[in-house]
Amino acid sequence: MPDAYIPVMLFVLVAIGFAIFTLIISGLVQSSRYNKVKLEPYECGIEPDTDARGRYSVRYYLIAMLFVIFDVETVFMFPWAVIMDELALFGLIEMLVFLFILVLGYVYAWRKGALDWV
Amino acid sequence: MPAGFSAADFLYILPELVLIGGAMLLLSLSVLVPRRDGLLLWTALATVAVTLVLVVRFFGLDVTAARGLLAIDSFAAFFKVIVLLSAALTLLMSAPYLRVEGIRVGEYYFLILCATVGMMFMASGVELITLFIGLETMAVSFYVLVGFLKPNPRSNEAAVKYFLLGGFSLGILLYGMSLIYGVTGTTSLAGIAAALRGQDTSLVLVLAVILVGAGMGFKIAAVPFHMWAPDVYEGAPTPVTAFLSVGSKAASFAMLLRIFVVGLPALAQEWSLLFYVLAVISMTVGNIAALTQSNLKRMLAYSSIAHVGYLLIGVVVRTERGVAAMLLYLGVYLFMQLGAFAIVTAQRRSDIIGDELKDLSGLSKRNPLAAFAMGFFMLSLGGIPPTAGFMGKMWLFGAAIDAGFIWLAVIAVANSALSIYYYIRVVVFMWINQEEPVGSPIVIGPAMKVALGVALLGTVVLGIYPQFLFEQAEVAARTLQGITAATVVGGQ
Repeated sequence: MPDAYIPVMLFVLVAIGFAIFTLIISGLVQSSRYNKVKLEPYECGIEPDTDARGRYSVRYYLIAMLFVIFDVETVFMFPWAVIMDELALFGLIEMLVFLFILVLGYVYAWRKGALDWV
Repeated sequence: MPAGFSAADFLYILPELVLIGGAMLLLSLSVLVPRRDGLLLWTALATVAVTLVLVVRFFGLDVTAARGLLAIDSFAAFFKVIVLLSAALTLLMSAPYLRVEGIRVGEYYFLILCATVGMMFMASGVELITLFIGLETMAVSFYVLVGFLKPNPRSNEAAVKYFLLGGFSLGILLYGMSLIYGVTGTTSLAGIAAALRGQDTSLVLVLAVILVGAGMGFKIAAVPFHMWAPDVYEGAPTPVTAFLSVGSKAASFAMLLRIFVVGLPALAQEWSLLFYVLAVISMTVGNIAALTQSNLKRMLAYSSIAHVGYLLIGVVVRTERGVAAMLLYLGVYLFMQLGAFAIVTAQRRSDIIGDELKDLSGLSKRNPLAAFAMGFFMLSLGGIPPTAGFMGKMWLFGAAIDAGFIWLAVIAVANSALSIYYYIRVVVFMWINQEEPVGSPIVIGPAMKVALGVALLGTVVLGIYPQFLFEQAEVAARTLQGITAATVVGGQ
């Protein structure tokens, strides 16, 4: 049993060794010239003009959460659709119950104004 | 219907289905029928009442449902009744508090019911994943409930703290479960017990016991996994604190007993020692820390940590009598702890938070009935006869001595003596300390009166006649598979 893990062990050692080796070599050969541009988050991108810790409207998060709910719904419905024949009527009723609960949540979010973009 | 399921399965989970249906109805009502706080409260209470009636009928059964995922037995029924009663009392004491704090009630009642559903699955699950999902359902509902006072930074802090530490502890618990699955190849508790029978104890299993013990220890707030409890209890809305300290604790104890007594009897020596240590340090640290608290909710938090220490005696002893005594004590704890929190909840008025110890001063003059009730709950928590707390402790410590854990009983008795100091301090503040009272007079509404009445009645009746509950607890303990009927060789 432990023999089977020797390749894994070797792989871990090689990975760690490679990282240390690369850092040492690049530290030896690199040249360093510091300037202001080097301190920016993206050296080759657009110049940042505001603080990175900005605030977003909480609505982005609400929309994201609603998206996740329906995303998961679809993920759940795919396998159900594939074996629909096997599950028969029972499976259909189960899925309808699942959908009913989700729709209830959707109606709740709607009535609470989660979809109004003020 | 898929193989392995039958119509009977739906009958067995009918109480849970009713509760889920009621919760969804509440959520729809809260958005479709605006400004109907009373209607929502009644819907929630009616749902819990119907579920309670359905659950009580399952007492005495001993079957497994849903392909062996759930056990419908007296043990599950006992815990479900405790959980549902604590949910009902929490609902009863909430309404005025929610009004003062400006909390929208629909979501609040909905989450209380969701947490209760999770607890019920924890009580009847006999398979690791089912138990874990029940725990997760309860925990997620509580993360939201704890942070319900949105403008209050303490409540926010409590919610974030509970969420982060709770998530971390669930990870540890799941890691332990995965090790058990890795060794035995099954997640069913009976299957785990069968796979481990006659096997030598391996290091992996000991590690699994420690990890699962730590994860459950966090949920029941046993020292050294208790650090979250005082902050969360103080920051959370008071009725939520009450529910957290009774409902979630009872359900976690059910899960703990199932996993260890039913699933891991092969490692009884190891986990018994683990819980021995946890019990001793929980009651000692809890009681010593409670001595100096000036905030009532913090004091009750530390006191509940100490009570976890007492309750763990039942797990350490692991005899039928020990577990039965522990179940009895949980029933007693339900009434006295919720009663004490009901008074703290009533202390919250529009002009005062009222959870400091000094806010109680002169209560005996201003509201003698509330002061009397609070005093009685304090004496019961301290274990002074003729209250229910005394009876509970007597059975519990008696069971420990009976099984040969003499030192454990001695430490527990010494600790109860120590705890009387801070419980009596509350009484002193109410009767002797006559400082100028602050805040408007306490108004105890009809729902709160019912909650207080039930709690007081439970504490009085169980103090005089605990045999009734003890007999039920014995039946419940006996249905736990793998329980040792007679005295085991105890005493480390």
